[in-house]
Formats: sequence, C-alpha cells, structure tokens
Amino acid sequence: MIVCITAKGEGAEATVEPRFGRAPYFVFADTEAGTFVSVKNELVDAAGGVGPRSAQVLVDHSATVLITGQLGGNAATALKAAGIKVYSFGDAATATQALEKYTQGGLSEIL
Amino acid sequence: MKIVVASGKGGTGKTTVSANLAYALARRGGVTLVDCDVEEPNLHLFFPGESEKKGVPVPVPAIDSERCTLCGECGHFCRYGALTVLKDRVLFFSELCHSCGGCTLVCPVDAITEVGREIGVVTTSHPLPGLTLISGVMYEGEVLAPKVIADAKEEGGDEGRVIYDASPGVACPVIETLEGADFCILVTESTPFGLHDLDLAVRAAAALGVAAGVVINRSDGEDDAAVTFCQEHDLPVLMTIPFDREVAAVQNRGGLIARDLPRWEERFAELWDEVARHCEVKV
Ligand code: SF4
Ligand code: SF4
Repeated sequence: MIVCITAKGEGAEATVEPRFGRAPYFVFADTEAGTFVSVKNELVDAAGGVGPRSAQVLVDHSATVLITGQLGGNAATALKAAGIKVYSFGDAATATQALEKYTQGGLSEIL
Repeated sequence: MKIVVASGKGGTGKTTVSANLAYALARRGGVTLVDCDVEEPNLHLFFPGESEKKGVPVPVPAIDSERCTLCGECGHFCRYGALTVLKDRVLFFSELCHSCGGCTLVCPVDAITEVGREIGVVTTSHPLPGLTLISGVMYEGEVLAPKVIADAKEEGGDEGRVIYDASPGVACPVIETLEGADFCILVTESTPFGLHDLDLAVRAAAALGVAAGVVINRSDGEDDAAVTFCQEHDLPVLMTIPFDREVAAVQNRGGLIARDLPRWEERFAELWDEVARHCEVKV
C-alpha cells in the first residue's frame, strides 16, 4: 500500500506539513517495501487549482491513503472520487511518526 | 463616446457618480449605462425596471467516456487544476476551468469536445426615457468576470453615449472594462488615504492608452492632497462634489442628486461636456 504524507522536506524524517495543495513535498511511503519516495510539489507557488492538481499527483503515484493537516473542498472531492482515504497527522512531527501512528490506527480520518 | 467610471478603491461613491451622470444624459438625448461591476452590480437599485436576460456561456470540456483512454494528458496539461484523471474516470471542476480550450487540443483520441456553460447573465432594461441600463451579473462562485464584462459591453454597443461603471479597485475586471474606452473618470475622496489606489488606477488607464480625469467626491473642502496629486499627474479635476448636509441626505436614502436637488442635473451634464472636450483634445 502507498501512503502519502505531506511534508516540509524530503525523506522519512521530514517534518510534516499541514497544507495539502501547498505542501513543499509529498513523501510516498510503500508500506510493504518499507521505502520512502519524496516528490517535490511543483505547485507550491501555482496560482490556483492546487488541490485537484495535487490529488492528480497522488493518483499518478497510486497512493490510497493521504496523511495531511487540512484540505480544500475541490481537493476533497477529487480525493474522494479517487477513493483515497485522508487522515490527520495529529501530533506526529515527522513522516515516519505519522506513518507509525497510522499503522497503529491512531490517526483520525478527515475524509 | 465610451467612458469608464472607475475608482482606485471601494467606497468612494463611484456608482453614485455613474448613476447621476446617466440620469442627466438620459434627459439630454439618451445614454447607455453598462454596469461592469459583475460581482456586485447595483446600478439597477437606482433604476429599477423590467429587464430582459441573456445568458453568458463559456466553453468547457465534455469528455466522452467511451473514447477516453484515461491517458492523463488533459489532467497534466490543465494548469488550473480543472481536470483530474482518476483510474476509472476524469473529474471536471467547472469553476476552476478558464476555458482555454487546451485540453481539447492535447487529447490524443479526440475524446474531448467543448460545450457551453452559463457563468452569468446580461440584463437589459429601459427604466427611464432615454436610458438603457445593461447589467453584467456573474453567478456566485464563478471566476471569469472579464467574460461577463465583455458580453455586457458588447450588448451596450458602440453607438452614442456609453458609460461603463467599473468594479472598485484595480484588478483584471477593471482592465477589461477600460479596454476600448475613450476616457476614464476616476472617482476619489478628498482624503489622502485613497491616493495610492488612485495612482494604480491612473497607471492602469495610462497603460491602456485611455485618458483620465478625476472627480473628487464627498469633498470636505480640504482637497489639497487630491488636487496636488492631480497636478503632479497632469490629471484634470473634472468636478468636485461637496459632502454637505443636503447632498448627504439625498445619497443616504439612495436618491440621485441630479434628480432631487436643483442645479445638479446641469452640473453632471457639464461633466460630460468637459469629458468630451478632453477626448477631442486627445484626438
Ligand atoms: S479548457 Fe483549459 S482550463 Fe478548462 S479544463 Fe481544459 S485545459 Fe483546463
Ligand atoms: S486526454 Fe483524452 S484520453 Fe487522455 S485522459 Fe484526457 S480525455 Fe481521456
């Protein structure tokens, strides 16, 4: 399963980022392989439509779960339609911590 | 002759100036007043009447799911995020679409055609003899104000005297409103606070080659800052409207000073003549 975590930087130890569409990085964690792939978000400074465009990035990377802080309405529509579940990272500070909490069932669902 | 009434910022009484000017001209041979503040048109409040409506359509993509191979091209092309290609279908966010037509071009299997979607209406009414009022009205949540403005201006035509009431501030709707106009009346208050915004508006008009002049509204008699600004920028002060008790009383109840107070009808007619003189000087 591929879990996407919005982050301020690259890699497993990156600090989590609350904004979805404007997150500097998307960290994709492959839970079976135990690998982390970081993708720079080209849309940080884009004018508009960042929510659905970021959802597209998740679809392209076959993510089925997203861990982030907050979501806009269009992003929510796109993610829901794509069947991607969304959780809030709560008090987790890094991508790894967020993933751990998620695996333990300790994160609350936003969508 | 087509003139724009604009202001650098909201709350300067721009709409009142437009309405009074239109009233005076309606009684002197006729005028077309076009409300280009499509997000919040309010000139109809001064001139109520039965109106005819015409839809404002914009082209948006319609995707033929039979043909679509979910290749993802359109989703990656659209920089506005209006298309998201999922594993089983393409999602379209109509309110994000800027109608650029690009997705139709990039689709490798011709699965996209353009269909019309209504983002607003243009209404036309004849509330007074000599006055044609045209209002552009953009629907809630829509973003393509310039398209609604363009349609409203088109409806207003090129003949005779036309007044375009712009939206407050200086953003792309105002640029669209200025396009093709002969003159721009900028309405400001006498306080120095609005001068920065006024400066932006002056530069926007200049960039489009539209000559401008200033109407000082709600003047408390201390217009030094505004007058100096106009001198520095070589802008004529076309009219000064004092904020005395009489004027305030009429405006507070939504009335028109050109109709309800003596002499003001003539003064607004003179404002138009003054503008006409400046336009001749220009050509
Ligand atoms: S017409 Fe342009 S803005 Fe609209 S969906 Fe297609 S590519 Fe995006
Ligand atoms: S470009 Fe055409 S074929 Fe490809 S996903 Fe879009 S609509 Fe479907």
